[in-house]
Amino acid sequence: MKILIRSMATIVMLGALLAGCGERPPIETKQIGYRGTGMEQNVNPRREVMLKAMNQIGDIQPPADPTGPLAKDIYQNVQVLSDLSVGEFTRVMLSMTEWVAPANQKNCTYCHNGENYADESMYTYQVARSMLRMTRDINTNWKSHVKDTGVTCHTCHRGGPVPSYVWFADPGSGRENAFVGTRAGQNSAITGLGVTTIGHSSLPYDPYSPFLLGDLNIGVNGSTALPTGNRQSTKQAEWTYALMVHMSNSLGVNCTYCHNSRAWADWAQSTPQRTVAWHGIRMARGLNNEYLVPLTNVFPENRKGPQGDVAKINCQTCHQGVYKPYFGESMAKAYPELQGMKPAPVDPTAMPADGTAAAGDAAAAAPAAPAAAPAAGVPMAKVPAKDAPKATPRSGNTAIAALTPTSVDRGRL
Amino acid sequence: MAEYQNLFTRVQVAAPHYPGVPHDPRGVWVRGVKASANYWLGKIGDAQIGPFYLGSTGFASILCFIIAFEIVGLNMLASVNWNPLQFIRQLFWLALEPPAPQYGLRIPPLKDGGWHLMAGFFLTMSVLLWWVRTYNLARKLKMGTHTAWAFASAIFLFLVLGFIRPVLMGSWSEGVPFGIFAHLDWTAAFSLRYGNLLYNPFHALSIVFLYGSVLLFAMHAGTIMAVSRFGGEREVEQVLDRGTASERAALFWRWTMGFNASMESIHRWAWWFAVLCTLTGGIGILLTGTVVDNWYLWAVKHGVAPVYPTTFEPLPDPALSSGAVR
Repeated sequence: MKILIRSMATIVMLGALLAGCGERPPIETKQIGYRGTGMEQNVNPRREVMLKAMNQIGDIQPPADPTGPLAKDIYQNVQVLSDLSVGEFTRVMLSMTEWVAPANQKNCTYCHNGENYADESMYTYQVARSMLRMTRDINTNWKSHVKDTGVTCHTCHRGGPVPSYVWFADPGSGRENAFVGTRAGQNSAITGLGVTTIGHSSLPYDPYSPFLLGDLNIGVNGSTALPTGNRQSTKQAEWTYALMVHMSNSLGVNCTYCHNSRAWADWAQSTPQRTVAWHGIRMARGLNNEYLVPLTNVFPENRKGPQGDVAKINCQTCHQGVYKPYFGESMAKAYPELQGMKPAPVDPTAMPADGTAAAGDAAAAAPAAPAAAPAAGVPMAKVPAKDAPKATPRSGNTAIAALTPTSVDRGRL
Repeated sequence: MAEYQNLFTRVQVAAPHYPGVPHDPRGVWVRGVKASANYWLGKIGDAQIGPFYLGSTGFASILCFIIAFEIVGLNMLASVNWNPLQFIRQLFWLALEPPAPQYGLRIPPLKDGGWHLMAGFFLTMSVLLWWVRTYNLARKLKMGTHTAWAFASAIFLFLVLGFIRPVLMGSWSEGVPFGIFAHLDWTAAFSLRYGNLLYNPFHALSIVFLYGSVLLFAMHAGTIMAVSRFGGEREVEQVLDRGTASERAALFWRWTMGFNASMESIHRWAWWFAVLCTLTGGIGILLTGTVVDNWYLWAVKHGVAPVYPTTFEPLPDPALSSGAVR
């Protein structure tokens, strides 16, 4: 009897010890593929409740009258929202105030000079203008990733002037050129920025710079059974692995949300979500290069990272722990103003039928301009327009511009 | 209250130290003077500690190990800016990383992987010298060299991982980092890079022998302890002169599964399972990247990996679509 009690106590203690390791059971498992293949998603119902509470859409202003005089004819210096009526324009401004700079952030005067609203002198004004272009670009040209759900300012900002989840280039540990103790950008519980590493792993902790700013090759698997020249190294696989763990964490999903883990690289066994995610990687990379990096000199020093780089986006910036931002609820649908340029009344054929456009308006100075429509009936996601430019111009950051597989491997950080 | 029935743990006899059987009189091994006893070790084994034979290979081995251990440990400590608290806190994450692929088989600067090569060299020397020591000591005692060859099998896997395979791949970067989480992450990345190691048949064999070793260990240890009340733990006596303990143990397994290993053969079973575990594992690693680049595709090619029906409509590789950046 004594032994029984003793062993029971041991089991209880072991259980308590295990409970400290992570999320407690029960975890709900949803089968998403053929039986026995392990294609399933694990959902922690307690965490789900928390996430639902944290991922509510923002306030939506009542719809505005799209007719009437255009804002650009009434107000001075309207460059991006020049196609909106005064009513629509005001609606967007009010919404931005709520989403980005609410009362505790000075409302309108967070971006505007209260004396002259057309004054461009505040950096926030210039950033906001660029971000409006970006939002319209996403909703128009990145439907391969955001589909018709779209994004608004709130998708990232959630009521604050700086989105909660942004990234800066990692400055490393300061021992990059030391005689001993270089980390090679990994093997640490804490990054050079002082935050916890991705998934608490010892994997490379800045996979964003090579993959979401640079266009380093992500896939490491060979396409043949026997060696036929695939020279990707095991170290390269660690960087890819780190990016994938970031995506898994950002979306709150298992690997099997996109991949069949028996054959990671095989598209024929991957879920359709993998294609969406593939475009998401390109989107984050494109937006970082087209919109955020060009703002580097606009931001004041206190908004920049330790290496003087601008805050940039990754998957977490919008997703915030959920497989679809706000669990798939669309805010952007209520905001036709953020969907891109309205068709010019004189030439309605200029707007593609399905709202897609191939233009990569790489220069942030130009508003998103719709280009030729793809062949009728061809969904954008599957066959993107042929003339789409490579959306990864190199940034001014030479350290990142020089990134190659080998220089990553050497341990740039 | 249950209690151990075994003689060897029930009573600890305090007696003059036992010097062991006489060995070759020409040997340089002077024994019997440096032994001591420990009561608590007596609880789990023999209370007598020593005599300990160091010898030149033992000394060199320990020296090499200390050098390797210091190189790894000091690099880890340096990587947290010599902060002892952070060293303890982050110990599981810290590592000494192999060189980058760009160095190939050249010697990189110390900070870029040179330390890793040096630590690997001294660790390898330490292990090889220790092997020589186990071989020599067995020979001195006129024993067989089974232990040394079992150890050699493990050393084979170690050499494949850190030396033979990197040389065949033409890059020291294929070596394993020295670190706790780092080597685990490396293992996962290794499988990811080479198309899922679970489709590597030698990996499968290695797992069979690993789990098989565990099973055999449990069966054998359980059997011997169960018959120790009949003197079963005196296995050598039972091999030479089969007594009731051996009879009962054999009968138990024949009743259970129709077959029983003998008092001697069970140890051959265990030895081969243990040896084959690392031997097959080493072969599996050796073939990875050198002979086979993608184990999943290899398994498909040879009809090993089945095709399952998909329950969703897979989409083509978007990178293959024309103009596929967006």
